[in-house]
Amino acid sequence: MIEQILNDLILSPAWYYTAARGLTVIVILMSIAAYSVLLERKASAWIQGRVGPNRTNHPLIAWIPFFGNVLMRGGFIQPAADGLKFLFKEDALPGHVRKTFYVLAPCLALAPVLISLVMLPFGELPNGKIITLCPGADIGVLFMFAISSLGVYGIALAGWAANSKYPFLGAIRGSAQLISYELAMGLSVLTVFLATATPDQNNALSLVSMVKAQTGAWNILYHPVAALIFLICIFAEANRHPFDMPESETDLVGGFHTEYGAFKFGLFFVAEYSHMIIGSSLFILMFLGGWHVLPWLPNVGTGIFATLIGLGSFFFKLAAFLFFFVWVRWTVPRFRYDQVMRIGWRVLLPIAVVNLLVYFIWYALQG
Amino acid sequence: MAIKIVERRPLSFLEKTYLPQIIAGLKVTWDNLVKPPVTLQYPEERPVIPNGYRGVPTLVRDPQGREKCVSCQLCEFVCPPKAIRITPGEILETADNNHVEKAPKEFDIDMLRCIYCGLCQEVCPEEAIWLQGQYSMTGMTREEMVNNKDKLYELGGTLPDSHYKWDKKKAEAERQQNEQH
Repeated sequence: MIEQILNDLILSPAWYYTAARGLTVIVILMSIAAYSVLLERKASAWIQGRVGPNRTNHPLIAWIPFFGNVLMRGGFIQPAADGLKFLFKEDALPGHVRKTFYVLAPCLALAPVLISLVMLPFGELPNGKIITLCPGADIGVLFMFAISSLGVYGIALAGWAANSKYPFLGAIRGSAQLISYELAMGLSVLTVFLATATPDQNNALSLVSMVKAQTGAWNILYHPVAALIFLICIFAEANRHPFDMPESETDLVGGFHTEYGAFKFGLFFVAEYSHMIIGSSLFILMFLGGWHVLPWLPNVGTGIFATLIGLGSFFFKLAAFLFFFVWVRWTVPRFRYDQVMRIGWRVLLPIAVVNLLVYFIWYALQG
Repeated sequence: MAIKIVERRPLSFLEKTYLPQIIAGLKVTWDNLVKPPVTLQYPEERPVIPNGYRGVPTLVRDPQGREKCVSCQLCEFVCPPKAIRITPGEILETADNNHVEKAPKEFDIDMLRCIYCGLCQEVCPEEAIWLQGQYSMTGMTREEMVNNKDKLYELGGTLPDSHYKWDKKKAEAERQQNEQH
């Protein structure tokens, strides 16, 4: 049997093919995450009347006549420098932490995000195949919700393992917030699936069929309330401003990652931005027509060009959405913890329930 | 004092949702985003130094190129952090400015000690030491941070003041000598 497993693992070309695809997607995700950190720094600088990172350079890039200077001014080498800094810093292990869990927590924060990436469709090939890691899956959205919520275990574990007060408070807040907003999020998504899925459909929960249902109007036009609730909830799920309860650097000194440094902190950082990417991708796939170019205009061009334009429009929407995250962060002040709870339980949840009921009755009356 | 009671208007439904405020806030930040940055790219762009700025203390010459300092050492005595060190020197008999009493042989200002208080400028009877527009003193060693006499005159330049006190004094002395004869 072991021989069989080894045979499958090492000799089967399919395994290498899958691994290569997985690596590609992870590399793409990581570079988008790195560059969204740059976007964060640049956009915050612009909003505050500053210039942002514009000094980092490498001799090889500085050597390019005009373009090298443009790259330096745009800070395009900054993410590499930041990453290297995280890698080469001393990886301190404080004496008072629970070591196993302390090391485990950053991995647990990042792993669920990478796993949920499996279900994400990016575009459509000319032959109708979907560009994704797991093409046949029909439970896409359920799987993504189930797995990406596990990211909070990383936060909770970090807060507990750090064995100090601020991280502990941050972790408690993080888990409470996640539980509160998960409900409203699920209900708002249910409304959309109620509309797009037909009763005898097999893959009703698949993100691909959700995108394919949006060749005409996008879901955001039919379900603005659900879209708004989902939007607020992904801000809360990704622990972004104004819902960055677990981190809240002004009152909790950095929250759950107060005791972390160097590469372990970097992993938390990447996990947060990957969470943003996954959340934005979900919103785009469910409400903004996925890889469709415009409402009532699903694709432009034919053959491989249609695919490329579709991919381009998906990533353009993703970039715009990431910018929106940043933009909101530098606009809205952080909610107080009790306000977060009140918005979650007493505002968003009732609205989501009423929204679901209204659509339910509407579709029931329609037949 | 009259008390004015401010009527607190209850929030409208839209205001209670908080969304119009967020959108207005987003507009404010967007307006700031498209504005040009207000910061200065420092080493390449330099700030405009206003007249009368009191930066690094320097020594000045008069329009005839004579060093104004007569090494009276008042600045050395008044300097609170003891940053100034002067070695007085005689002026040669043959020099054409030998009617001036003295000139500094060495004049060092330790910029690691200087606190830019300006007392040296205030106390100087010859208006020879001035705090001027130089605002950035940097160096890699302690020795580099000590401004010697050459450096001080290089930074100071010329004071456009055609009073020529010492020339007048010399002329007056010569006149009195002629009258005696």
